[in-house]
Amino acid sequence: MTAYYSSLAMVTAAVLYLVAVVLHSLEWATARGADPDEPRSRREEQFGRWGLSVTIVAVVVHVLGVVLRGVAAERAPWGNMYEFVTSSLAMAMTIYLIGVFAFGLKGFGLPVTLLASIGLGLAVTVFYVEVAPLMPALHSVWFIIHIIAAALAGAIFNIGGIAAALYLLKVRAERRGRTTGYLARLPASDRLDQISYRMHAFAFPLWTFTVAAGAIWAQYAWGRFWGWDPKETWSLVTWIIYAAYLHARATAGWKGTRAAVLALIGLASFWWNFVGVNLLLSGLHSYAGI
Amino acid sequence: MSDLDLDEELRPSGRERMNRARGLRSGTLRWAWATLTSMRTALLLLLLLGVAAIPGSLLPQRPTNPFGVAQYLLDNPATGPWLDRLGFFNVFGSAWFAAIYLLLFVSLIGCIIPRCRAYYEALRAEPGALPRRLSRFPDHAGGTTAAGAADVLDGAERHLLAAGYRVRREPAGLSAEKGYAREAGNLVFHLSLILVLVGLAWGSLFGYRGTAIVVEGQAFSNTLTQYDEFSAGIGFRPEHLPAFTVALDAFEVRFELGPVQRGAARMFRADVTVTRPGQTPRQQVLEVNAPLSVDGTDVHLLGHGYAPVVTIRDGNGDVAYAGPVVFLPTDGNFTSSGVIKAPDARPERLAFEGIFLPSAVIDDQGMRSVFPDAWNPQLLVNAWSGPPKQETGAPENIYVLDRTGLTQLLRPDGQPVRASLEPGATYDLPDGRGSITFDGLRRWTKLRSRPPLAAGSCWPACCWRSPGCRCR
Repeated sequence: MTAYYSSLAMVTAAVLYLVAVVLHSLEWATARGADPDEPRSRREEQFGRWGLSVTIVAVVVHVLGVVLRGVAAERAPWGNMYEFVTSSLAMAMTIYLIGVFAFGLKGFGLPVTLLASIGLGLAVTVFYVEVAPLMPALHSVWFIIHIIAAALAGAIFNIGGIAAALYLLKVRAERRGRTTGYLARLPASDRLDQISYRMHAFAFPLWTFTVAAGAIWAQYAWGRFWGWDPKETWSLVTWIIYAAYLHARATAGWKGTRAAVLALIGLASFWWNFVGVNLLLSGLHSYAGI
Repeated sequence: MSDLDLDEELRPSGRERMNRARGLRSGTLRWAWATLTSMRTALLLLLLLGVAAIPGSLLPQRPTNPFGVAQYLLDNPATGPWLDRLGFFNVFGSAWFAAIYLLLFVSLIGCIIPRCRAYYEALRAEPGALPRRLSRFPDHAGGTTAAGAADVLDGAERHLLAAGYRVRREPAGLSAEKGYAREAGNLVFHLSLILVLVGLAWGSLFGYRGTAIVVEGQAFSNTLTQYDEFSAGIGFRPEHLPAFTVALDAFEVRFELGPVQRGAARMFRADVTVTRPGQTPRQQVLEVNAPLSVDGTDVHLLGHGYAPVVTIRDGNGDVAYAGPVVFLPTDGNFTSSGVIKAPDARPERLAFEGIFLPSAVIDDQGMRSVFPDAWNPQLLVNAWSGPPKQETGAPENIYVLDRTGLTQLLRPDGQPVRASLEPGATYDLPDGRGSITFDGLRRWTKLRSRPPLAAGSCWPACCWRSPGCRCR
């Protein structure tokens, strides 16, 4: 029964995120061509506020769904692909909401809710599996440590990636001269670059920890800490790309747009490692359960 | 200066690097060192390393999947051999992969050591002297106060010290700076990467690892000859292996019976008895996430499978073989294949190729296993015989039947012998050549032993796996 309510909450949250996407799209549309020096129109502001309100409700329902899933499974709710996506997205959306009020992520509404609705939509339709106990290899305290770090790092990488993408859009607009409409509502490109950097600079050590904790766990469970399993290889590739991003930001000729592109490649590598490696390549990390 | 700008110019400028490389007499060498340790080169090497690792995950790799490589070569006769020549089937052991990461680490060391020195000097030095004109700073602010100069400076000093600044007091003013923790974190992070590389190198020199298959009721002694697979670094000596014996008393495995993820493994538990010289045997439990630790060696539970117990009688009526035979699983429902050899059978030696099905079901798709547990065990064998072979002592693969000198036994109707045995059943071979009895079933486990993480580790060159289903 708990599992049923958990699924119900997830589906509800996915639908609410979709509603938020629509509201933020309307916000974007009403801002089209608006003069950045003029105050926001009442309608634009209203759509923005509604979008944010619906998102807040969606996040509450979403987090409830994750908690109920854990209660139903009687363990941490990240034992398979479905659970990982729902948990990691719940973290990302919580961070987004904190960011809106604490460090100016306000313009992020549309891309963030789009990410949440697509991610959670995929989770409840494609990745969904019933509650089941864990396989023996996951019976370890590292199951909690390794995967919570991975989910949190993934959540922050996603927000950081959105910041990098918005930065690229904003830089392009700024280069063309005066920006109007939605892009003008975003923070200045320097600020977006800074947000992107801070997100990645926070998530990168977490990801490093994820890989290291995974290696320690692998030593316990499989008797080797590194075996070039596809998941391990792509975790390293992701790590390398993000390391390159952090260094590129401090290298002449690379800082700015090139670095932001690296951040996006890093995010693509993270997603591939999660979706592609889980479903297409066979390895020891076959926990999708699909 | 905002905290973000501290990361600007992580690496010293080109001129500084050139100065540092002044010890090198040749201009070319100096240029090469300066280029190698530049941030741009490091960045390119980093990206190159990432790109180079990708084929290792997409193409089958010889150390982990030799069968996949062989299949790929068969399927791609044009491109396969070229990829092979270029090392694409052993990416992580290839020279070019090693070249990239070694260059990267040289570049890292060339950058990080001078930075550590600069950091040490900066820590000992006081904050910079007061500038002549404050307006030279990009961020500056001014104001006037009625308080006395000394009071203002005292107050400012207290305020800055409380905020964690290091302060330098001069009669005319004070300068202060902070932000050292961040650079310290950077340096520690990069130094620990170098430490990891040193650890890996040490492990690949002195580390070892081996796997052995142990059947229930049998034991494994920690000597080189008892391993089925073994790899070690050049610094390893067989006498490094501590003497102990692990006997597998029982292996318990439970699978999911419910409708969700039916057949998925739920529990593995090996009851073992560990014996060390001069000590009383100790009974211990070995599980996937709980390796045994014996005299500085970790023993891990890696996989499991079935070993049908068979009795082979020869044409003379004597027992030519009796005992368990290890079959290797070929799918998730533990359809397993194996070879039973009775080289001592007389007048003719006998051999059998078998398929073992733990939960056999016969339907229009043929005979197959539908569940990993042993609910309806069936052993299917064909039979071969031939004149006795001279004992050469040459090792042979116990999982493959070398058919030279053997002929397949046929039934009276001319069809090849194909026996389907349930536990307790016996099949008599045609023409009084003997019989095979499927006595029962035991499980086997695959154990891996190696020194624990801290003491040694293995670099990719010696990472491999063999067929067999893993515990996961």
